[in-house]
Amino acid sequence: MLEFLQQIVNGLSLGAIYALLALGYTMVYGIIMLINFAHGDIMMVGAYVGFFSVTMFGTNVLVALLVAMFACALLGVLIEKVAYKPLRHSSRIAALITAIGVSLFLEYIMIYIFTPNQRVFPAETFPLYNYHLAGLVISNKDLFVFGSAIILMIILQYIIKMTKTGKAMRAVSIDQEAAVLMGISVDRTISITFAIGSALAAAAGVLIGIYYNTINPLMGIIPGIKAFVAAVLGGIGIIPGAMVGGFLLGMLETLVSGYGSSLYRDAVAYGVLILILLIKPSGLFGKNTGDKV
Amino acid sequence: MKGKMSKKLAILMVMVFVFSIIAGCGTKTTDKSDQKAAADKIPVGINVELSGDVASYGSNCANGAELAIEEINKAGGVLGKQLEPLKRDCQSKADEAMNLSAALVGEKIVAQIGPLTTGNVAGSTPVMMSKKVPLIAPAATAVNVTVDEKTGKVNDYIFRVCYLDSDQANRMAEFAKNDLKVKTVAIFGSTSDEYAKGLAKYFKESFEKNGGTIVAEEGYVNGDKDFKAALTKIKGKNPEFIYVPGYYTEVSVLIKQARDLGITTPIGGGDGWDSPDMIKVAGAAALNNTYFTNHYSVEDPDPTIQAFVKAYTAKYNKAPDSFAALGYDAAKLLAQAIKDAGAADPVKIKDALAKIKDFQGITGKMSINEQHNPVKKIVIIEYKDGKLVSR
Amino acid sequence: MQEMKKSWGKFIIEVLVLTGLFMLVQYAVSNELLNSYYQINLSSLCINIMLAVSLNLINGFTGQLSLGHAGFMAVGAYASVVMTNMMGQPFIVGIIAACLAAALAGFIIGVPTLRLKGDYLAIATLGFGEIIRVVLQNIDYVGGPAGIVGITQLTTWPWLFGATVLTVLVIVNLINSSYGRAIISVREDEIASELMGINITRYKVLAFVIGAMFAGLAGAMYAHYFYIIKPGTFNFMKSFDILVIVVLGGLGSTTGAIIAAALITVLTAALQKWAAIRMILYSLALILIMIYRPLGLMGNKELTTKMFGKIWGEKK
Repeated sequence: MLEFLQQIVNGLSLGAIYALLALGYTMVYGIIMLINFAHGDIMMVGAYVGFFSVTMFGTNVLVALLVAMFACALLGVLIEKVAYKPLRHSSRIAALITAIGVSLFLEYIMIYIFTPNQRVFPAETFPLYNYHLAGLVISNKDLFVFGSAIILMIILQYIIKMTKTGKAMRAVSIDQEAAVLMGISVDRTISITFAIGSALAAAAGVLIGIYYNTINPLMGIIPGIKAFVAAVLGGIGIIPGAMVGGFLLGMLETLVSGYGSSLYRDAVAYGVLILILLIKPSGLFGKNTGDKV
Repeated sequence: MKGKMSKKLAILMVMVFVFSIIAGCGTKTTDKSDQKAAADKIPVGINVELSGDVASYGSNCANGAELAIEEINKAGGVLGKQLEPLKRDCQSKADEAMNLSAALVGEKIVAQIGPLTTGNVAGSTPVMMSKKVPLIAPAATAVNVTVDEKTGKVNDYIFRVCYLDSDQANRMAEFAKNDLKVKTVAIFGSTSDEYAKGLAKYFKESFEKNGGTIVAEEGYVNGDKDFKAALTKIKGKNPEFIYVPGYYTEVSVLIKQARDLGITTPIGGGDGWDSPDMIKVAGAAALNNTYFTNHYSVEDPDPTIQAFVKAYTAKYNKAPDSFAALGYDAAKLLAQAIKDAGAADPVKIKDALAKIKDFQGITGKMSINEQHNPVKKIVIIEYKDGKLVSR
Repeated sequence: MQEMKKSWGKFIIEVLVLTGLFMLVQYAVSNELLNSYYQINLSSLCINIMLAVSLNLINGFTGQLSLGHAGFMAVGAYASVVMTNMMGQPFIVGIIAACLAAALAGFIIGVPTLRLKGDYLAIATLGFGEIIRVVLQNIDYVGGPAGIVGITQLTTWPWLFGATVLTVLVIVNLINSSYGRAIISVREDEIASELMGINITRYKVLAFVIGAMFAGLAGAMYAHYFYIIKPGTFNFMKSFDILVIVVLGGLGSTTGAIIAAALITVLTAALQKWAAIRMILYSLALILIMIYRPLGLMGNKELTTKMFGKIWGEKK
């Protein structure tokens, strides 16, 4: 039982990171129906910004987190304006290929500038403490990762539900043309969506850096694709779905490694995804919509 | 208007493509004329992983090899000729390694150094065998690199400067049994490459033969960052020693997480652990009571080793790891073989390589045996408060 | 009658051109005019053409976004190697095994997933592709993660040429048949096709299985050319590479797929010396082409001899 609880604790931190990433995926998808494959790489850039903020300017972790989020928000908007906006009325697959292109570009430009070698987050930026709670080992890193993720998600919920911008985002994702008629600037709303999504990815990047200590230019690929799985699991385009999907995937992976075999962990994650898609194609939280004739 | 624009741009794009292709062909031809003009140069292929999964091993190994070639050339070259390194990136892919070997053979190299991993060497091997050009693998440790598994025949043109996986796993198993005096062991290694799987297999065989028990066997996949689930499971089995075959990228994180979870037993591994990043990631405290088999130690007081460490650090601004040392040895060994052969001829170099005796390298004194493997000593290194101590 | 004559004439020209091309390369290979480096690139080209044309049947003509093509290639590669290397069967048995195994995999995956649409189908096929890779990685009989090393090189130029031509011919003829028209109608409007009495699931699965089968054939060719196969080679990045070729050429254009395959192969080889910036240039080219030519180089049109005629005409 204790071991099971420990596995749950381990799964929560991993899940929180997946959830943060999945949110960005889902927001972008919800608004322009684009699978933004570069999302994982934006996370990687965020991790590097955080790294340099800590090592070169000696900032503390919270400042690094904010700097990375700000930088990646700009990067996200820039990518949208340069690469995705011209394709807004083209086929979805052309946009998808562009996203793959952006992803490769970010990976290899970082390799070119910063070498393929991994970099190590200095241990002193975030000294580790372990709390022993009735036999469970919980580190301050677990708490920090989990806590920051939850706080960011609450802020996001607030923005989407309570602010005018959030209303505009929801309106654009439901019906772009109607939104325009209501006087909403679609361009601006899309930019804001990218900014918020990318900032969340950057936060995830810095958290991964702190949690696992190492970063490298190809670190975004696997978490990126996993986060996409998480987003689809919860129902792509649906914000609470992405959170739940992220946590579910994190727990699932940890439990499979803990009780089954870690070799099949990825296969099980994809297998569950496919099962859910087959049973409820729109994801756990999705609404089934019929075809329009 | 818009249609015309995009048509023009499309044409422009096509022109860019065509131009780049022509540019590619162009440089190739100039390279060839360069070679003819400089017949006093001996081209040596360096076909290593500069991008992809194992990019850092490849780039460090290439650094070591280039340093060696620079030193050789400064000392007057070999047979009065300068060595010319042709460095290529096989992107950590076997098919690309094969492709590049063919390209390098076309550029008349006398031998190829690299690639580093067993799988990528396997990609290069058939080309080198059929074109009769020797290949020196700096760090490929699987048995079937130099010997054809099916026929048991030695691959004539393939050599290596590192010891085999079975040797280092046996050494660690004996060390655990005799020096650390442990009886129960858990194995937790990478399962996504043959190297780590081989180590785990040989360690298990050797340790069980000596009367020990393996209480748990877990695996992870390269690229993993979270090992807590399996570690928690291992902790429940209370092993006295954990063997972690794998590469430092994962192992460093793994050891740190193991110590965080309160696992204090000694942990051991193989040469994949060797990197300054181990201490940076895991921290000196977590690494206390950990041991690994290695090719050499940066902190060895031997003057030749210290001279190498100094030259390397001066040139690349970082300490050399094992891959750098092996790359350096591979290049020096090749120079020795060219000297012994008396001609820059691939077939004669192959014969000379097979006869190398007591070659003094950074990674120890080695002789090439009939299986084209070096016979040399295996070092065990202990991390002690962030320092490497040879045992 | 006129039409008949014309198509016969075209047929003869096609056969002549193909035989000429084959003989030319065969002559160059056997007389060592073509060094091994160019031979390797030529083989990659043929394999890329097979992969792109077969994926184009699924993505371009049927309109079903599949991201798991490398998985079928893996199934074919492993099936053929198990037959030839491990069971000592001749190459042709390996090839047939590869096609059957990949087609079967396509059927098993296609039947449940093709009910899904758009992005959901994309992620499901990507998932299946990855599952295939993970499963192969865990089968010790085929070498686990290290894969199989030391495969006998059986893919010679005649095999490669034959396989490529077969792939293109079968798929082109399929598209031009009544099946092909049904398949394209599914892409254009599923509901309307269903109303016209077309069993859309059946045609989707048919296209998927045939596409998978030729990916398997390409896998067999790949395995017996490059001596070594390992699961890591067939990850989702490989599927993306194939998809890029297809979209670059133009979805639904077979000639486009062939041209794009050639372009990518030549471009990759030409950029070899600039290893560091090769991927940067490649990704930039990808983005620019998509922005300025979102339908790919050819759109959904085919390059025909007529088009050459037009260009000549214009010049005059």
